[in-house]
Order: sequence, then C-alpha cells, then structure tokens
Amino acid sequence: MIEFKGVSKAYGGQRVLRDVNLTIAAGAFTALIGGSGAGKTTLLKTINALIAPDAGQVAIKGVPREGMEPHTLRRSIGYVFQDVGLFPHMTVAQNIGVTPRLQGFDGDEIDQRVASLLKLVGLSPEMADRLPSELSGGQRQRVGVARALAAAPRIMLMDEPFGALDPVTRGQLADDYHKLHRRLGLTTVMVTHDVTEAVLLADRILVLADGAVIADGTPAALLRGHTDKRVNALFDATRRQAKRMREAAGG
Amino acid sequence: MDERLIEALRLLPDRLAWHVVLSGSALLLACVISLPLAVLAHRHRSLRWPLLGLAGLVQTIPSLALLALFYPLLLGLSALTKTAFGLTFSALGFLPSLLALTLYAMLPLLRNAVAALQGIEPAVIEAARGVGMTQGQRLRIVELPLAAPVIMAGVRTASVWTIGAATLATPIGQTSLGDYIFSGLQTENWIDVLVGVAASALLAMTADQLLALVERGLSAHGGRGRGRTRAGLIGLIILAAAAVSPLFVSVAGSRYVIGAKNFSEQYILAELTAQRLERAHAQVTRRLNLGSTVAYRAVASGDIDVYVDYSGTLWTNVLGRTDNPGREAILTGLTTELRRRDGVTVLGSLGFENAYALAMKRDTAAKLGIRSMIDLTLVAPSLRFGADLEFTSRPEWASLQQAYGLNFGETRQYQPTFMYRALEGGDVDVISAFSSDGRIAADNLMVLADPRAALPPYDAVILISPQRAGDTRLISALRPLLGKIDADAMRRANYAVDRDGDKQSPAQAAQALDGAIGMRK
Repeated sequence: MIEFKGVSKAYGGQRVLRDVNLTIAAGAFTALIGGSGAGKTTLLKTINALIAPDAGQVAIKGVPREGMEPHTLRRSIGYVFQDVGLFPHMTVAQNIGVTPRLQGFDGDEIDQRVASLLKLVGLSPEMADRLPSELSGGQRQRVGVARALAAAPRIMLMDEPFGALDPVTRGQLADDYHKLHRRLGLTTVMVTHDVTEAVLLADRILVLADGAVIADGTPAALLRGHTDKRVNALFDATRRQAKRMREAAGG
Repeated sequence: MDERLIEALRLLPDRLAWHVVLSGSALLLACVISLPLAVLAHRHRSLRWPLLGLAGLVQTIPSLALLALFYPLLLGLSALTKTAFGLTFSALGFLPSLLALTLYAMLPLLRNAVAALQGIEPAVIEAARGVGMTQGQRLRIVELPLAAPVIMAGVRTASVWTIGAATLATPIGQTSLGDYIFSGLQTENWIDVLVGVAASALLAMTADQLLALVERGLSAHGGRGRGRTRAGLIGLIILAAAAVSPLFVSVAGSRYVIGAKNFSEQYILAELTAQRLERAHAQVTRRLNLGSTVAYRAVASGDIDVYVDYSGTLWTNVLGRTDNPGREAILTGLTTELRRRDGVTVLGSLGFENAYALAMKRDTAAKLGIRSMIDLTLVAPSLRFGADLEFTSRPEWASLQQAYGLNFGETRQYQPTFMYRALEGGDVDVISAFSSDGRIAADNLMVLADPRAALPPYDAVILISPQRAGDTRLISALRPLLGKIDADAMRRANYAVDRDGDKQSPAQAAQALDGAIGMRK
C-alpha cells in the first residue's frame, strides 16, 4: 500500500532520514516509535507530502502520485496530529466538512456526511454548531479524527494524536479509533512516544533511531526481546509495567 | 445663532463632502494596495522588513510635508507625460492629496495585517495544509478570516489618521474640512477653526465606531457576528452616501476655480471674485490657502482659473528680477512676459498696493529714533525680527539686506496673524508687515521708509489662466473691479476680518467692499 524507496532527508546538514526502505501493507495498523529526533514525524509527513524527501520516493498504490499536486494527494489521506489544529472560526460541522467542501461536494451531501461522522466518532448531533473553543480536549480530537475521515480516505496518518489528553480520555479515544480502523478497513500509520499505546493498538511496530528503522516486528515479537540494546531499552519499561499489572491483578 | 456660525455651516456640506470623498478613497486605495502587500510580506520573509520599514519611513515624514511634496512631484510627472504622450493632469488638489494620504494610511494597515497573518497558530496552518488546501484556499478560508479582526483594527487606526490628516489637503488646493482650520487660523476666526475641528473629529469618531462594529462582527466566530458586520458596513455606506450627496446636486456647467493665498486680503478678494461670478450665474469652486508660488504655478497650469497676486512678488519671485524700474515698467513688463512665457493674462491692477514693508510700534521707533531702514540698520543687531513664513526665503529679503546691510539680532517666523500678536506682546521688535493690512493703523504701527527703493511696488493684479484668457463671462465680471479698490477700502475690509471684536467673515467683507465700489462708480 505505502512503499518507501531509499528515502532520505536532511535539515541543514543534520540527517533525519537515512535511506529508508519499507513497505506498509493495506489494512495494517503500524506504529512508529523511537526517541525524539529519531525521524518518526518526518517519515510520517513524507507520506502526505507535507515534507518532500531529498532522495528516494514514497509510492502509494492505487493513488498515482506522478504529476499529482500535493494538496490533491492530501485530500485523499487523513491526517490527525497532537495539536488537532481545528479552525477556530468554524463550527464543528464546518471543520468536519472542510475537505468535502474543497472537493466540491454540495451542501446536502456535506451535511449528511458530517452527521454520520459525528456519530461515528461518538459525538452527539448538537455538537455540530459548537465552536472548537467550546469543546473539551477529548471532544476536540474526536472532531479532528472526524475531519480526517471526511473525505473517506484509505490511509490515516496520526502524529501523537492522543498525546495531549488525560489518561482516561486517551485510552477511550484510542480504543474507539482502533475500532474505526477495523470497521472502515483503514491503513493507519501512527507516530507515538508511548510504547504501551503502540503495543496495545498496532499490529506492527517500527522502531526508529537516527533516521533509520532499527527494528520491525509485531508487538509480541518485540516485547519478547531484540538484539539491539536501544530497542530493548524502549520496551523495558512497558515489560516491567505489564509484569507489575499481572502481579497486582493476581495478588 | 451667531452670524459667523451660520456662515461657517453654509460651507459645511461642500467641505464635508470633499473631506469624505478624499479620506474615503485614500483609505480604500490604501487597503487595496496594503492587503496584497501584507500577504506577500507574510509569505516571503525577505520582503517583510523592507516593506514595513518603508511604510514606517513614510510615517516619519510630517504629514503636511508629505502632502506638499506630492505637488512638485506630480508637476514634474505631468510635464513628463506631456512630452511623452501629450497628456497632462492636475498636480494640485485631489490627486496629490489622495496619493499622500494613501501612503500615510499604509503603515497601520500593513503592520496590522502582517502581524495578524504571522500570529495565526502554527497548528491551524498545519491543519490547513493537512486537509489539502492550496495556498489560495488557505488564505481565503483560514488565514484571512482569522486575521480579519486585527486587520480591521488596522483599518480603524488608518481611518482615524486619514480623516485627521485630510484637513492638511487644504494648502495644496483640495477643499476639505481643513479650509475652516487654515482660514480660521489666518483670520483669527475661532468659530471657523472649531467648526472644522468638530466636524472632522465627529466624522472620525463615527467612522471609527462603525468600523468597530464591523470588527466585532468579524471576531465573533462561526457566522455569529454576521449581523453586526452587515450593520457596520451599511452604516458606513449610508454615512458616505449622505456626506457625498451635495457634490452631485450641482455638477452642471463648467466651474470657475478661484484661488487664494493664505491671508485675509486674499480670502476677501477671492470671495469678491466668487460673488461677482455667482451673480453672473456661474458655478464657482474656491481653492484657498495656496502657498505663494504654488498659486502662480496653479494658474499657469490651469489648476485654478483666477486669483489676485502682487506685481512685486511676480517680478521678483516668478520672473526672478532684482532690478526696480518703477511701477509702470514693472506692470507692462509683467503683462508681456507672463503672457509670452506661461500664457497667463494680467487683467489689470485693482488700484491698491500691498507692499512688503518693515513695521514697528510707533513708540518704540520714536524711542530709538528710527524713521527709515537706514536708521534701523544701526540698531538692528540688538533687535528681534518677526517675519511671516516665507519672507526670509524671498528675494525681497535678500535685496533689503543688500541695500541696507540689515542684520537682526534674532529672527523668528510666524503665521501672519501671530506675527502682529508677537509685535504687540513684545516678543519681537520689527515685523515684515503688509502695507494694506488694517492692523497697521489699528495697532498704531509705523511703516519704515525705503529710501533706496530696495523693494519693488506691489500692485494687486488679477491673473487669469491660459484657458480662460478669452472667457468673456469671467472678464466682464472682473473688469469693473480694475482700478476701483483703493488702499483705504482694502485696509477697511481687511481690518473688518482681522479685528478682535465684531469680526466679519471674508464673504461679508467682500460684500461690503463690492458695495463701496458700486457707490463710487
């Protein structure tokens, strides 16, 4: 579905991506983890051309990218990020309907789409006319997810989407999104610094360090251990946490 | 109601209308130019500082100077386009005022718009890119609506500045509420000054409040402020339409543009000319408070049709002559030279002289034993000299200094009105007076004799622009004035306007003067 071929990127002599070669299958839920500065976000943004690689290319099957304007490409890919970036001067409905509007859908179609999306992300219909400033953090990110889904994308890119939320809201939202991913058959790529979240949501985890993929496997495989010390260090805390949880539940 | 107030209010519709047209179009033009520039500056960091710096630099130029500078600039431009395309335009009045005010309004607009666009949350911009907006869509759907309230705040600042600064358009020949202020200051008609200030302040406040309504409407998100925005805009349109409507009432027929320099006698003579033309059923526009050389250039280029100037002024300042061949020779010399050089007609002299002269209080002169310039020269280093704003830069001053070796201890410049006040109050000892000024007799001043004839005669003459040279209506309305106004009549009229109590407006004084001429006929 998404194919990286020799993708490299540098900022002012600092290499953030080093010759990344990778294929992400359709329908997969892939998590990108790694320390800060590892290149997770940069890699994610090459997919919807928010960042252009210096070398190599990113191909998306089914969507011919040759000669396609970056903004047209972005309309077909959902994008959710930590700061949400709801348009403060637009109501919830206008925010969600923004991509269909760009694509020239007519008003009725947009209204229907907005209504069903509100339901899909678990928001009540009367939220439609609220302004972003009148919503809680969790509600805001639900609107963010709904906006990303509005143009019925096949691919969802998520950059620490739940990072700014309190643990309860965060868990709930993550679960809800996971269900949506299954139900809509989406291909999701999510950047997170939270290993536990990656383990619980993803069916494939990519560990990045210094702009390169240093580990690639299922959560279970990576939890069992890895030859690279950096990878093990990342998973240690999660493993210990899981152990204590088991003991606490058993005792 | 006070008669001067009635007289002032009679002129209000025309002046207010021009004021609104001028400041409104300057503001609109400034918006049309500044907003795209602000977007450009927002997108390209390298343009941001040069643009804002340039706008800031314009702002440091005193606004009166900025307006004044556009006159020679446009005059040069007009000469260029004439040689290039045979096309000329008026360098006086609306155009220079519009351009100067537009430039002046650009700083608050640019600064606010750039700050507003720069201040949008990065997450919102990221989202706009993420959902697939093009640059244009991002600007239209996200950036401009979010920046709108701050941009509107800039428009409000600019509108208040522009409406205030538009009063300064008067000296470059554009009718505005400034006419009240400049003439009022000249004739010490404080009612006039107050009417001008109050009208301009009220206009600025009303515009500001209506724009504030638009601004508040724009800051309410999600379409909730639409009503307020609409109400504000409708209010602005009604205000502008109501203010401008007097200009459309009487547009038929070609108008005569009457010029005047910036002192009482000139206002009275302009009124006299206007009243005579109006009695001949002509449409008249007044361009008051023109600078001395501006007035002559304006008549030569046809920006004004007629005004009164003084032979000595034209001889020295326009023709650049330093000799003094005597009254008649100067008059005939002027008549042929101005016609030949600029096509300007010297219709004839009015019958009185308004000479530059040095004057001092009679008792001071007696105490110091001064009767003429020669006596003055000896004590001048210990005296203070008060001149009007242009005297010391005129050639007459140079020839006075040359003829008598005059050298004052101190020289100060005043508006003519305040020059007399300064002499009266003892701030200065000698002033550059005008011989037809009613205040010379009233203040008991002595005019110093000029035995070496360093100053030329200053006969008041009517000048007519090239394109009105054969205009019989104009000429037959003005010809009866020639030789009919003697120095006493003019002095009386001037004093009626300048005196402290029982003041007359220039129009009233002109009427009385015209009546006196009729009696003598």
